[in-house]
Amino acid sequence: MTNVIGKSATRVEDKRLLTGQGKYIDDLGTKVNTGHAAILRSSHPHAYIKSIDKEAALKMPGVKGIITGEDIRGLVKPFSVGVMAPVEYYPLAIDKVRYVGEPVAIIVAKDRYAAEDALEKIKVVYESLPPLVGIERALEEDAPILHENVGSNIANHREFNYGDVDKAFEEADRIVKHKFNFPKYTATPVETYGVVAEYDPAHDQYTVQANFHGPFVIHSIMAQALQIPSNKLRIIVPKDIGGSYGIKAGIFPYIVLCGLASKLIGCPVKWIEDRQEHLSSSASGTDRVTYIEAAVENSGKVTGLRMKMIDNVGAYIRAPEPASLYRNHANSTGAYDIQNLHIDAYAIMTNKSPTGLIRGYGGQELYFPLERIMQEVAKELNMDHADVIRKNLVKEAQFPYKTASGGTYDSGNYEESFELALATGKYEEFRKKQEEARKNGKILGVGLACIVEPSGSNMGYITVALTPEERAGSLPKSGAAEAATVSMDPLGSVNVRISTTPSGQGHETVAAQIVSEVLGLPREQINVVAELDTSTSAWSIASGSYSSRFASLGSSAIYYAAHKVRTKLFKIAADQLNVKEADLELEKGSIFVKNNPDKKFSVKRAAGLAHWHPTSLPDGMEPGIYETYYYTADVAQAPNEQDMINSSVTYGFVADMVTVEIDPDTAEVKIIDYFTVHDAGKLLNPLIVDGQIMGGLAHGLGGALYEELAYDKNGQFLTGSFMDYLCPTAPEIPNVTIKHTESPSPLTPLGAKGLGEGNTMSAPVAVANAVSDALAHLDIMIDDLPLSPTRIWKLMGEAKEKVTTP
Amino acid sequence: MKPPKFEYYKPATLEEALNLLEEAGDDGKIIAGGQSLVPIMNMRLASPKCLIDINGLEELSYIKNEDNTLKIGTLTRQSDVEQSEMVANVCGLLAEAITQIGHVQTRNRGTIGGSIVHADPSAELPLALLTLNGSVQITSKDEVRTVAAEDFFITYLTTDIMPTEVLTEVTIPLMEEKSGYSFQEIARRHGDFALVAAACHMTVDDEGLITAVRLALGGVEAIPLLIGDAEDILTGEQLSDSLLAQVAESVEMESDPESDLHASSEYRTHLAKVLTKRVLTQAYERARG
Amino acid sequence: MGKHEIEVTINGKVYQEEVEPRMLLSDFIRDVCGLTGTHVGCEHGVCGACTINVNGTAVRSCLMFAIQADGQQVQTVEGLSNNHELTDLQKNFIECHGLQCGFCTAGILMSTEDYLEKNPNPSSKEIKEMLSGHLCRCTGYDGIVKAIEKTIEERNQSVLS
Repeated sequence: MTNVIGKSATRVEDKRLLTGQGKYIDDLGTKVNTGHAAILRSSHPHAYIKSIDKEAALKMPGVKGIITGEDIRGLVKPFSVGVMAPVEYYPLAIDKVRYVGEPVAIIVAKDRYAAEDALEKIKVVYESLPPLVGIERALEEDAPILHENVGSNIANHREFNYGDVDKAFEEADRIVKHKFNFPKYTATPVETYGVVAEYDPAHDQYTVQANFHGPFVIHSIMAQALQIPSNKLRIIVPKDIGGSYGIKAGIFPYIVLCGLASKLIGCPVKWIEDRQEHLSSSASGTDRVTYIEAAVENSGKVTGLRMKMIDNVGAYIRAPEPASLYRNHANSTGAYDIQNLHIDAYAIMTNKSPTGLIRGYGGQELYFPLERIMQEVAKELNMDHADVIRKNLVKEAQFPYKTASGGTYDSGNYEESFELALATGKYEEFRKKQEEARKNGKILGVGLACIVEPSGSNMGYITVALTPEERAGSLPKSGAAEAATVSMDPLGSVNVRISTTPSGQGHETVAAQIVSEVLGLPREQINVVAELDTSTSAWSIASGSYSSRFASLGSSAIYYAAHKVRTKLFKIAADQLNVKEADLELEKGSIFVKNNPDKKFSVKRAAGLAHWHPTSLPDGMEPGIYETYYYTADVAQAPNEQDMINSSVTYGFVADMVTVEIDPDTAEVKIIDYFTVHDAGKLLNPLIVDGQIMGGLAHGLGGALYEELAYDKNGQFLTGSFMDYLCPTAPEIPNVTIKHTESPSPLTPLGAKGLGEGNTMSAPVAVANAVSDALAHLDIMIDDLPLSPTRIWKLMGEAKEKVTTP
Repeated sequence: MKPPKFEYYKPATLEEALNLLEEAGDDGKIIAGGQSLVPIMNMRLASPKCLIDINGLEELSYIKNEDNTLKIGTLTRQSDVEQSEMVANVCGLLAEAITQIGHVQTRNRGTIGGSIVHADPSAELPLALLTLNGSVQITSKDEVRTVAAEDFFITYLTTDIMPTEVLTEVTIPLMEEKSGYSFQEIARRHGDFALVAAACHMTVDDEGLITAVRLALGGVEAIPLLIGDAEDILTGEQLSDSLLAQVAESVEMESDPESDLHASSEYRTHLAKVLTKRVLTQAYERARG
Repeated sequence: MGKHEIEVTINGKVYQEEVEPRMLLSDFIRDVCGLTGTHVGCEHGVCGACTINVNGTAVRSCLMFAIQADGQQVQTVEGLSNNHELTDLQKNFIECHGLQCGFCTAGILMSTEDYLEKNPNPSSKEIKEMLSGHLCRCTGYDGIVKAIEKTIEERNQSVLS
């Protein structure tokens, strides 16, 4: 029976959201004595704090209290992080500030207006230090050091060798190499961070409501920082979160900060981040320098890759960094069959804001150099880019495909999907059009990108940041656990409790679809509870909303929990009907004997018995219907001693073709058409799927053309408002054609894989390849983003100069 | 991002507003649409102690064509001008410029006078006003004076207006001759402030000879920049590639744009030249009909 | 700099309250009147989440002071539908998957209703230009444009029939 799963069901969330009845963090009521916080932030990129004078501010009307770094010294331990470098990161700067926007003091007042009035009265004396902005500068001997006790700006460094890389390079016909820069950018959910924290002195307990969506391993990190037993930190996540795209995982220092402020000032503390704070200080992706080298045969086959990746995690390395470097570790060679791989990975620190999860996490940084170099290989060999891709794609017969670095691509037909993208975009036809256009002075280009989209992160992958020896000294980590609870009440109504903390992905809808199908009940009758409460929900360290894990993991937990309920109902019905469970079938709320459908027992009655008449249940059966299932995937193993790691559970595939036109006078890039083909296994709800893909693509286009968190050479922050940080708006989004191929995952019960991040990973490089293709006649190298007209115009000018002045 | 405290007054008449303004002195600030002022107050980049809200002065909201002069009251919402058929008929350049200001929602509240007084060098209305050889009527308790757009803009976000004065009306002379116009800008996204904007108004005789031309650029200087040379180069001529190149050269000489995150100075200068050619060409074509 | 008494009609209901002049209209609607369907996303007039209708026109509520709404008619998302019956536009947002997290949605609905009233037959390009005053980071705007287009089509059909 597959009449609900896989259908484009409309969403159960929508009605409340369309009528203004959503319940986001800022909509929850607060207690009457709640204080409202504003945060004083550093205006310096790098400086010692010499003194903070808060006297005048404390006298301002309505002020309840002000907390500085001095006040929390000793009360809080540095946040732990998965690297050996002893970086001390606190929720407020202590002694030193390391980025513009770093919290220096928190003011709590009767309302936010009064708090901001007081903020202006705090006097901080700084002693400026030389700022560190450039990624490679961070590695130089005489560079300013951010963390003296670390001794360098390197937070993490690992080197990996898989296969025989040296041999591949020795035997290569050619070596194609280049250095690429990926910029720092973010995702700017329209709802900012929000926290309401209350400390209860009677029980020494913190209760915090926050739009935090995991990973809930961070709950442990927060409890350790607060130096309390973890059950004394109760986190409650509201059912509606106004978008995140990973960014809201970075709220955790503020949860601790508001908790501490509540304890020290003695009232509940509410803080709603404003947009300027969000842009300067919330979280972002890393900016990365990658030196990439490909060992290439004249046939176009790439036999080996070397990548030196230097990831800038900002002023402090904080969890889950340095995961940006390793999240794609298993799929480092992308969609290509390349078994010789060398990775030299650095996480370095500079005077920029700290980084964290973001849609595509690490993928856009990886695929930008990888997919750019594949186009350069084509250029070097005078081949068509599509042919180079064809030559290197993992073949259908190779699935499940073992990657060089320990991954297992569970399923796919990359060649078919890629050909579908080319056919959909009419690649050959466009090539002809391009040639014609060139004769008329028009500049057209076509860009291709093929990427593997990992989903459902293995909690073990982050430990490859440590050497095998270092790992041996701590507890091993693995798995991708997610939990769900399905229960039936005495009248047979179904409640589903999930721990996937959705922020717009429609988990309530899909959960209802799954449970509806398994229990044979209309989906309208399934109530899904998306609020997560660490004191009462079933959850684990991996719980939450990130790494596109709902379709692969969350849905599986829901599916199996519903099956536990179904099994119990079948046992009850079998006992009552005096038949074997195996003889029973379930449809439309009724359990019946397969070859004698008149012999039946209603689901409602079976559930009712479990509550009203437990002594009638089969021997040994517990009363009630309340089943929790914890799901993980066996393939999410801890890394082995050779640093082989299957960093994700499922791996989808995305093939993109994008066409662009560049204005020869203004250098503006106009996207003509975007074609994208996805293979995410079985689709649970195609309507939601395409919505996720469009959103991910829009963000990818933002990264390609508009978005950057920019700093000047002195470390001053330049994009502190939505006037300067440019998010794409409706007119900037081109025509998009989405198509699907379907290679079900053999690993998940529904055959589904995660999705929604793929085009965030692929679009920046697909557009870069298109621009590079368009400007091929000028031999321009695109190695930096975003592709603003000023940047392209400069490159075009330099290229023309090269041509005219040999 | 909450604004600092201020005193608030909502005068019922212009006279009352002018009295309040005089009383408040340097602490006073007129608020009309608030689309430029309130963001900077929320960011606490501006903290006027006294806000005088002229939104109640309905008499300052009008669009009239009197004696071949377009007169627009300062409080007229940008969207009212956008939707005015009369403006579309008699002053196409203004109609074209208006649609490029911000977004529908900000034009609904933003006023004609507010944008001109704010004097952002890349804003559309100051540029349109300058190109159309318009002027502003400025009123204080003691006098009403008229200042030509050419003299009104002093430097970045600064105009000839005194703290005790209110811009009350914008006037634009209308031409009956065969004329053409163009308003074009390059912005990073739809609705953004222009990296560079250019506007042109031109009259052409039956032989296709240019009889008058005004060309101005936004975003290349601290104020919208009138390219005086364009008149000298083009008057009495038919538009040609070589003349376009000559004007573009003058534009390059006169422009001194700033570099910022979104565009280098060199790129802005280049855009100024490109847009110069585009607006002249379009205006010429339109003028020839 | 005391408080002023103001009287604002929101969705047909009169709210008589004392406010500081500096209180933003968005904060007044949410925190004083308890109508939390209007969302605040940037407080500098760019994101459009707080868009409401004042006297028949869609405007940013973060760029107005509550005191400026004294005596005015305000409509928020809560006032769009009658008796829990969704409007055609709201229904089409569901059908076309025009929302995900829903945070930007209220502002977009308020803008769109006002815009369509004044321009009942906009082109796709014009719809997108109208939407450029709103940031949505979830949908890529595709479902939103489709929902609006579907609404226009249906309204035209109902006029014809």
